[in-house]
Amino acid sequence: MNIFYPLQVFAGWLTYSVFNISPNTTLSSAINFFIYDTIKIFILLVVIIFVVSIIRSYLPPEKIRAILSHKNKYVGNIIASLLGIITPFCSCSAIPLFLGFVQAGVPLGTTFSFLVASPMINEVALVLLLGMFGWKIALIYIVSGLLISIFSGIIIGKLKVENLVESFVYQNTINADVNLPAMTKKERIVYARDYTLDILKKVWLYILIGIGVGALIHGYVPSDFLALYAGSDKWYAVPLAVILGVPLYSNAAGVIPLVSALTEKGVAMGTTLAFMMSITALSLPEFMILKRIMKTKLILIFAGIVGVGITITGYLFNFILK
Amino acid sequence: MKIEVLGSGCPTCKKLYEITQKAVSELGLDANVEYTTDVQKIIQMGLMQSPVLAINNNPVMVGFNSDIEKIKGIIKRNI
Repeated sequence: MNIFYPLQVFAGWLTYSVFNISPNTTLSSAINFFIYDTIKIFILLVVIIFVVSIIRSYLPPEKIRAILSHKNKYVGNIIASLLGIITPFCSCSAIPLFLGFVQAGVPLGTTFSFLVASPMINEVALVLLLGMFGWKIALIYIVSGLLISIFSGIIIGKLKVENLVESFVYQNTINADVNLPAMTKKERIVYARDYTLDILKKVWLYILIGIGVGALIHGYVPSDFLALYAGSDKWYAVPLAVILGVPLYSNAAGVIPLVSALTEKGVAMGTTLAFMMSITALSLPEFMILKRIMKTKLILIFAGIVGVGITITGYLFNFILK
Repeated sequence: MKIEVLGSGCPTCKKLYEITQKAVSELGLDANVEYTTDVQKIIQMGLMQSPVLAINNNPVMVGFNSDIEKIKGIIKRNI
């Protein structure tokens, strides 16, 4: 049974009885869709971000570093990617994270695994995927995201690109075992509550606009309209989606609801997944910031490997999910 | 007394600098708030997040917070 069934009833009641819009019209279908999706997404956001923040209060980046500096290569890549899931990513912290990892002796490949997973598998994207596409697609996204970060890190580690990192990075070394003051239970809850509110404040408008435009598309654009241009038989759709995703990072919260409506109108699922991964994992502002600590060539290698990984994932799921 | 905001030069870090300046002047403290983008200093403190609010080279708040009252409280407790 669908746990959101009561919401469906509520959205229907609001649309047909309160707003008095007659059923089976495009307007009522768009409004019903908008009310239902908005409430559902916001409930999921509050619950999931709160839970993730509580878990995170036990694993701040400083602790993650202590764990990673004691792991060998392959295990390190896997653990770094898994820990990347719960770590929020702000381009503000990209440089301190990178320096902190590398100077504490965490291998470059492991550091990159973390740098890929952290923004790609973030809780806002997960909530939207779960809410708009269901748990199966959300799970596919997590698993392929993890595989991409693990393998990108392993490949970068094998390439021996240490010489492409600015030399000042290696001039300092630090001890990874720092003791942070422990948090009380109450502090963790306050932290999680503040963090959840903070994220909601940041994304609510984008999400509303995204769902709103999505609802219009849902109601007014004929289904399969886009299959002609972006169906699974179109080879160019996946790479195009990956390239389009690069400049869109800051608006990921608004783009996902929009994309879900486009999928309904015939964009293939693999293409959609590739588009969302590219939006979250490849971000232009982050590349600009990373230029301060590494050569452009390394940024291009990093973006290239992740981009190819995402493209392969897109083709794979276009093939499987036909 | 040295009150310092350390950041990587991102907009959030600058915002914390402005809020901290305001907090210090509202508290009537005779102290200068410094802003530095020397990330290595953050790393030396054992931290990996930005921005950081430090008093006399001790990190007292990690990460951004827009609540000026909270920042005032942290400053009062650490001077």
